[in-house]
Amino acid sequence: MSQPNRLVRGGRIDRTRTLSFTFNGQAYQGHAGDTLASALLANGVDIVNRSFKYSRPRGIVAAGAEEPNAVVQLGASEAGQVPNVRATQQALFDGLSARSTNGWPNVQRDLMGLVGKLGGQFMPPGFYYKTFMAPASLWMTYEKYIRKSAGLGRSPAEADPDIYDHLHRHCDVLVIGAGPAGLTAALAAARSGARVILCDEQEELGGSLLDSRELLDDESASEWLATVVAELSGRHNVTLLPRTTANGYHDHNFVTLHERRTEHLAETAPLANGHRQVRSRLHRVRAGRVILATGTHERPLVYAGNDVPGNLLAGAVSTYIRRYGVVPGQKLVLSTSNDHAYRAALDWQEAGREVVAIVDAREAPDGELVDQARSRGIRVVTGSAVIEAKGEKRVTAARIARVDLDRFAVAGAVEELHCDTIASSGGYSPVIHLASHTGARPTWNDEILGFEPSLVKGVSATGGARGTYALPQVLADGAETGSQAAVACGYTAASVELPRVDAIREGQACALYQVPHEKPTLRAPKQFVDLQNDVTAAGIELATREGFESIEHVKRYTAMGFGTDQGKLGNINGMAIAARCLGRTIPEVGTTVFRPNYTPVTFGAIVGRHCGELFDPERYTALHQWHVEHGAEFEDVGQWKRPWYYPQRVAGKLETMHEAVARECRAVREAVGILDASTLGKIDIQGPDAREFLGRIYTNKWEKLAVGKCRYGLMCKDDGMVTDDGVTSCLADNHFVMTTTTGGAAAILEWLELWHQTEWPELDVTFTSVTDHWATMTITGPESRKLLAELTDIDLDRDSFKFMDWREGKVAGVPARVFRISFTGELTFEINVQAHYAMHVWKALFEHGEKYGLTPYGTETMHVLRAEKGFIIVGQDTDGSVTPEDLGMQWCVGYDKPFSWIGKRALTRSDTARENRKQLVGLKPKDKAVVLEEGAQIVLDPKHPVPVPMVGHVTSSYYSPTLDSGFALAVVKGGHQKLGETVYLPMADGQVHEAEIVSPIFVDPKGERQHV
Amino acid sequence: MFQIYCPYCEELREEEEFHPKGEAHIARPLDPEACSDEEWGDYLFFRDNPRGVHHELWVHAVGCRKFFNITRHTVSYEILETYRMGEQPTITAESVSGDLAGRESAATARQEGVRA
Amino acid sequence: MSNVNIYDSRADAAIPAESPLAFSYHRSGAPAAGAASRVVLRERPFLGHLILRGGAIVLDEAVRDELGMNLPGRPQGLVLDASGERSIQWLSPDEWLLIVPGGEEFALEGRLRERLGDASFAIVNVSGGQTLLELEGDAVPELLMKSVIYDAHPQHFPVGKGVTTVFAKTTTILRRPDESRWELVIRRSFADYCYRWLLDAGEEYAIGVVAA
Repeated sequence: MSQPNRLVRGGRIDRTRTLSFTFNGQAYQGHAGDTLASALLANGVDIVNRSFKYSRPRGIVAAGAEEPNAVVQLGASEAGQVPNVRATQQALFDGLSARSTNGWPNVQRDLMGLVGKLGGQFMPPGFYYKTFMAPASLWMTYEKYIRKSAGLGRSPAEADPDIYDHLHRHCDVLVIGAGPAGLTAALAAARSGARVILCDEQEELGGSLLDSRELLDDESASEWLATVVAELSGRHNVTLLPRTTANGYHDHNFVTLHERRTEHLAETAPLANGHRQVRSRLHRVRAGRVILATGTHERPLVYAGNDVPGNLLAGAVSTYIRRYGVVPGQKLVLSTSNDHAYRAALDWQEAGREVVAIVDAREAPDGELVDQARSRGIRVVTGSAVIEAKGEKRVTAARIARVDLDRFAVAGAVEELHCDTIASSGGYSPVIHLASHTGARPTWNDEILGFEPSLVKGVSATGGARGTYALPQVLADGAETGSQAAVACGYTAASVELPRVDAIREGQACALYQVPHEKPTLRAPKQFVDLQNDVTAAGIELATREGFESIEHVKRYTAMGFGTDQGKLGNINGMAIAARCLGRTIPEVGTTVFRPNYTPVTFGAIVGRHCGELFDPERYTALHQWHVEHGAEFEDVGQWKRPWYYPQRVAGKLETMHEAVARECRAVREAVGILDASTLGKIDIQGPDAREFLGRIYTNKWEKLAVGKCRYGLMCKDDGMVTDDGVTSCLADNHFVMTTTTGGAAAILEWLELWHQTEWPELDVTFTSVTDHWATMTITGPESRKLLAELTDIDLDRDSFKFMDWREGKVAGVPARVFRISFTGELTFEINVQAHYAMHVWKALFEHGEKYGLTPYGTETMHVLRAEKGFIIVGQDTDGSVTPEDLGMQWCVGYDKPFSWIGKRALTRSDTARENRKQLVGLKPKDKAVVLEEGAQIVLDPKHPVPVPMVGHVTSSYYSPTLDSGFALAVVKGGHQKLGETVYLPMADGQVHEAEIVSPIFVDPKGERQHV
Repeated sequence: MFQIYCPYCEELREEEEFHPKGEAHIARPLDPEACSDEEWGDYLFFRDNPRGVHHELWVHAVGCRKFFNITRHTVSYEILETYRMGEQPTITAESVSGDLAGRESAATARQEGVRA
Repeated sequence: MSNVNIYDSRADAAIPAESPLAFSYHRSGAPAAGAASRVVLRERPFLGHLILRGGAIVLDEAVRDELGMNLPGRPQGLVLDASGERSIQWLSPDEWLLIVPGGEEFALEGRLRERLGDASFAIVNVSGGQTLLELEGDAVPELLMKSVIYDAHPQHFPVGKGVTTVFAKTTTILRRPDESRWELVIRRSFADYCYRWLLDAGEEYAIGVVAA
């Protein structure tokens, strides 16, 4: 298959390797070393997309990250779909399949194009807002069609087969951009011994050297480049990362780099040495110094019809010819404000195609490249510019005219030149995106007619990125910057001998952004500023007329710079236009601030390895395998996987949760159950002041707790609100072990440390987490004593081992601490052993427990049993606005403790002490079959007109097999005074449940069963 | 993502190892019962939110588990110093006031640069 | 400091013990280490792990007397005894991790307590709550780059250093006892997550596991 625009020689492609690919279903061929864009141009593909708003045909404009039009959907397979890929940055591989993302039904024949043609007056800025704003309910409908025609790409509907990861990197000097400045910077830093990372977003290192006309040490730039890259890759202290985009510059020199490792090879990553390889990787780099060697973006000129396919950046024309051996047309007109762009015309002519004219806005250009063009017989028209491109699907002619830049007017007759390509250049803008991620505003420099980056601590810019353009200076600046960075990191500067460059003398550029047209901007054919978002010069002018003076407002009103390209090409032209309309200078109008990411990053790279089973840590107890083997369903409690319930197979059928929980509850109340309670937080507290500390941190008293005794404690924050609870046991006079809620373990340890370290460092006490050291098995129920007696040497007699005592001894031969505390209201023993032995003890309990009906139960049964007893769960029955008094737990408050413990003072604040606070009560549904919804709102009068005053809500609600009824805990305003009253719970489906306010203790109100 | 010098570990560590704990130097009144409701409310709920130099309490949670203080510029996010519990900052809003004009103008400049 | 409960929670050798990775070996298996393995992982289960709290000067003398090694006084310090079997690591200005062969910890705690007498200190046995993983092989530094946020470049992480840091979405203690070996001390409840993470991240290096 022919590639009509491919040159027979030249470029860095490998003509011996032909690659097949498809674009919009059509088969094409290109070569190794091509980008998708260069291959499309080689094949003469003019239209790559339809525009966002007007649906106009669009072609390739640029050759790099700034490309606004050639944004394609990649992927032959469903799973391999990748949206938002710039064809200019996608290396060609065999079998690549790409589609336009815009254009419905297709790019050649586009229904929305009709709207675009009618365009202008019908779709001013703010069109979508103004047109589709009302009625709001229809927006979803409009949006569907707008999006379909706008086509922002789509994500795959199947799982991604590839893997991704993150690397945490640290270095002394991070150099971003491997053009001439970046290379000498890296070289200087590397030779000093610093740890250097050099990254570049392109397929090859080299930047502008890859298509340079200059000779370095009398050889082509690629020779020098090869030598430098060889030295850098040979150094152990240098990491070279091609195909790696620095996407975000974050605080304190933290930079995220996105490395595409296999995207140039195939749609999904091929195996390497039989192992899967990472498709794309996020490097999270912390650098001592960052060097921005990000170069420049060329600015296109803004003239009528500048979006018709065949309008390209001058630099892109050179890149396609010199680097890829592709001439993107037959007849060229170049419109420029500077010397540098002349390269495009010279390259075009050398490629054997016709240069119709160079149209230079300056009156008397005189640089070396200008002389060369003239001496080669190219027509140079001065003081003029292309004011309009003609053509629809491809440029057919350029209308050129003398322009008066001061008056912003066409100043002479218009001449129409037949051509199929117009290259334009309005100068160069330093790529300041990363620098502005910090929030630092760039500053305008009239000398370079562009913004320079403002730099925070630890960052420098070099070469084009700071407005230094001539190659010899760029090379020297890079070396100097690299050396300074290494010195700043504590290394000794090393010398870098710079290549001799025969610099090409360039004349002064002129300031040109929008080109005047014969008609005023608002009536001229569309002059595009932001090609991706279809923002025109007229749109910006209109915005300023409608009163938008700040560039930030203009951007929002017109959507300029809001595309995936973030306005890399158009923003400065847009600001210049706004400035012209407002009669101000560009810096007066404002500046432009970019945010991460520089180019789109695939979600895979952001997620890395944190997906699937590794999405979040799963914490297991030492008994997890037993739970799995016994069919437990698991509940997530924080990161823990806790057995929720253990459904059994009864008559061939697996129990429902309701059935399993009812069975487990009955087993505990009637026989014996066992719970894996290892997840409770456990903190070892030692020191002579441990007791004093407990007294300050808990609401209740600790000074008299004897060795061998346990006590329930409630913790508040200093605002008086309950924050955690648990049992703390006195192991010795200076030694306690505190238990916390499962979810609160880490936070409570930090809470204790906070008070100790910041307020009471004089207290001699230490805290150490022993949560993972101990496994905790709770056996509970009337038969638990008998069961334990078979396995332990501890005297379990009710008078010698009382409720709220703990004892040491062996259980199943394993040293254990056994606590007689109860969260079920039944006779309970909590057996703690070193976790390594938990499985042994657990299994031994089952060997002996069968005859007692030992039944494992999970968190659901635990919740039912504790709620029947009115025991709260912090975080379920409390929400950070509940005091101990609200809970009716005055018995757990040491009002007369000498130290004003955490939370005490707040209990007498007016709001905390007021009556009618929400208080914890029990709710008994009138209909026993009803299990109230947790979170349901409570009202006193269901017939009250809307809005009905709500007096509280349900916090816990279950079916109780013991009561054979639904029951609930709730907080109700003034509830403690409302026992016996009826409340109502209106549900979303219109039902209204009726319930009686009762004591929250439903079972064994005197608490006798736990004492047996 | 900050990089924070832990004054106990004596090296720069990644922010992920730390937890911020709010404004520094908020002492609990020694005699809470002597506080009026208003005073106690101030202690509980009211914090400074300066634009500029701010002292913050942090803990090296995944590390040495020690609490310490950070003096941070809330606009540039620059960490000006870190110091141990019980120590006083050497850099304060007052101490940098000479230097503040420059900082403040840079700060203001950033503030106005609404991000796209 | 006296008046604490000292308790030997280690059972007789006859009682079967399960390492924190028992479930993981069962579920995820243990890929064999081979010639192609650029990372080899080995668990060293059932060691004695003690947390020492107190002032460096007081503890240093007792540790030197009992174990013949200096307490690392500088942050991030890790000291091993001549046999390499026992180590002390700085965790914070008043906290150290002492790791000894399994079974030694209770007697050692007693002897240290004896020597320290009424000084202000604490010792906590945490042996059941953590386990030690050894990593060897040329790809270990890169595997660590994938896993921990701390800079484990040999230049920044010399032998004799140990830090507590973030590992994937949990935490670890990372140590470098000698030139070829790295150690991770991980918490029991997170052990399976860490193990699966290491197998996944190490797959491209043909990670092998030498079962305990």
